[in-house]
Amino acid sequence: MELDASTVAALWGAVILSGVYHGVNPGMGWPLAVSAGLMEGRHGALAKAIGALAFGHLLAMLAILLPFSMMTALVRWETELRVGAGALVIAAGLYLLINRRHPRFLARVSPSRLVLWSFLAAMAHGAGLMLVPIYLGICGADLGDGGHEAARDLMGQNIASAFAVALAHTFAMTLAGGVIAAAIYFWLGLKFLSRTWFNLDLVWALSLILVGAFGIYLALYGH
Amino acid sequence: MTLRPDPTFHATAQLAMQAPVENYGFVVMLSPDGSQPDGIAVVDLNPKSDGYGSIVHQILMPNKGDEFHHFGWNACSSSLSPLSGHAFLERRYLIVPGIRSSRIYVIDTKDPLDLKIHKIIEPEEVFAKTGYSRPHTIHCGPEGIYVSTLGGGGKDGMDGPPGIFIMDCETFDIIGRYEMDRGKQEKHYDFWWNLPQDYMVSSEWGLPPQFENGLVPEELLSNKYGHALHFWDLRKRKNIQTIDFGENHQMTLEVRPAHDPKKSYGFCSIVVDTTNLQAAVFTWWRDEDGTWQAKKTITIDPRPEKPENLPPLLQGFEAVPPLITDIDLSLDDKYLYVSCWGLGELHQYDVSDPMNPFLAGKVELGGIARGTKHPNGREFVFGPQMVEISRDGKRVYWTNSLYSTWDSQFYPEQEGGQMVMALVGENGGLTLDKDFFVEFPKGHRAHQIRLEGGDCSTDSFCYPNV
Repeated sequence: MELDASTVAALWGAVILSGVYHGVNPGMGWPLAVSAGLMEGRHGALAKAIGALAFGHLLAMLAILLPFSMMTALVRWETELRVGAGALVIAAGLYLLINRRHPRFLARVSPSRLVLWSFLAAMAHGAGLMLVPIYLGICGADLGDGGHEAARDLMGQNIASAFAVALAHTFAMTLAGGVIAAAIYFWLGLKFLSRTWFNLDLVWALSLILVGAFGIYLALYGH
Repeated sequence: MTLRPDPTFHATAQLAMQAPVENYGFVVMLSPDGSQPDGIAVVDLNPKSDGYGSIVHQILMPNKGDEFHHFGWNACSSSLSPLSGHAFLERRYLIVPGIRSSRIYVIDTKDPLDLKIHKIIEPEEVFAKTGYSRPHTIHCGPEGIYVSTLGGGGKDGMDGPPGIFIMDCETFDIIGRYEMDRGKQEKHYDFWWNLPQDYMVSSEWGLPPQFENGLVPEELLSNKYGHALHFWDLRKRKNIQTIDFGENHQMTLEVRPAHDPKKSYGFCSIVVDTTNLQAAVFTWWRDEDGTWQAKKTITIDPRPEKPENLPPLLQGFEAVPPLITDIDLSLDDKYLYVSCWGLGELHQYDVSDPMNPFLAGKVELGGIARGTKHPNGREFVFGPQMVEISRDGKRVYWTNSLYSTWDSQFYPEQEGGQMVMALVGENGGLTLDKDFFVEFPKGHRAHQIRLEGGDCSTDSFCYPNV
């Protein structure tokens, strides 16, 4: 059950890296922050929009991670749970790979409701799911000889780590998206916006599959 | 699906102005009596090209009697909306509705010199999925392609009010009606929006029996054409306010919001005031408290004329009404071009102060009972009608036909499709280009123009000018 320190460090690194990855993806909202800053004509609006996007993203991460954190109390089924979670993430990746149509409802949200938009964008793209296998890995690391611990303690511990993972991830996401938004807003200008906007759909779907496969590998051979 | 946004998509109107200039114009070819199919002509607009100023390609439809009028792109700069988060569409397909047949063609312009019909949506599908008929204005927006219609259901389009429906911008399937709550809106014509400010505005021409067989004088004189402007919460799909310009202001046609989405104003034209035959432009704006206001800011007077020089429709009035039939706003929101189809004039107003426009330039060409010739010595049929401005604001193109049956009422003896161009001076002013004069093939009239890469009445921008 125990993971060595380097694996734990790698898993936390993955939490941060996936945050950066989500942050730089225009689909997760940094262009909205640029637009908000420019429309209102003040720097504060940019910061406020980044904050709203971060909060929506955090809520989406928690909405996905918390149910898993509760399920991890079912210690007896730990491997099955992790394999299942990995399979779910792979399925989400395959779905996005085959169905490349963009979710229309995202454009239906009013521009003033950034928290809701960010939450929906993260849900629709499976951003939260991408974290699940990494999170389950970290939980595994925390378990120690968890099999002997009371289920309630375990659950409390895992909920705490769900929060820690979601917060660390969102922090990295906000920093990465915020830096791009601020750079375009203050220095680079809007020409840069369309120039740097790359279609990540394919890469995104493949990364879900990759992370899902990694989760399954970790579940079966990680201990 | 592309890896990068289409290079013709621009975040701001300013960036669109700096883009490379247009090489081709796509222009509606209309067979006024339905004896031939309608089509799209490709006009060469590159002065360095051998075909400059002529029709270098055309595509005719497999059906007759469609009556092409307005059309638009499947995708435009609105694809850079931060809300969609997905800018990877191509400005490639022209959505061309037949206003009389209710048939919609999707035309692939991948090679502008080899246009292809990509898809045909038959009228039955439009009727069944929307309950609307007579599709008209096309805009690419948040949920796909928005199509305004002029008719409701039933044979004469009077079964329920007309409205807007939405099409998928990739499959071109009809999704369904736009309106959740239309409020007082019962007639339709043009519509446009401000995407970041999340509002839409729509106007009113008349219902199908009021336009299909020509202008109905009794309906006009009893003020039964449209005279209101409707404001909508774009994403909630609800009418939030209706401004009635007063029933004497007949036919609220084109709506032109400022291109810079930071500005909360726009313009709407009125064809004719039944009390004095004046034409007018209203400026509309949003007050601090969020309510919309409108004020008449431009008026153009009729010109007295002897009855014997007038078509029967106008003889009793002994005057030529200006008949504003189109307006277009340059991308820098500085100049509003106003076509006075009756007078035979194209006006250029400086609208830097939208509440106090002033006439900055004017060109006379064609017109009822005047028929001013083009500087190249050739007759100009009808008057200046659909206007389109180049992205950089330096060239203004226009055609001459309004609508098959209306052309015949106001210009009974004339026939022909033409397209001309005027150059804009450094500080305003408008001069007809002597060398640019496109004659359409005999039997076809010319209506709306779309420029390759976007123009001043297709693209909506999601970021303000800086």
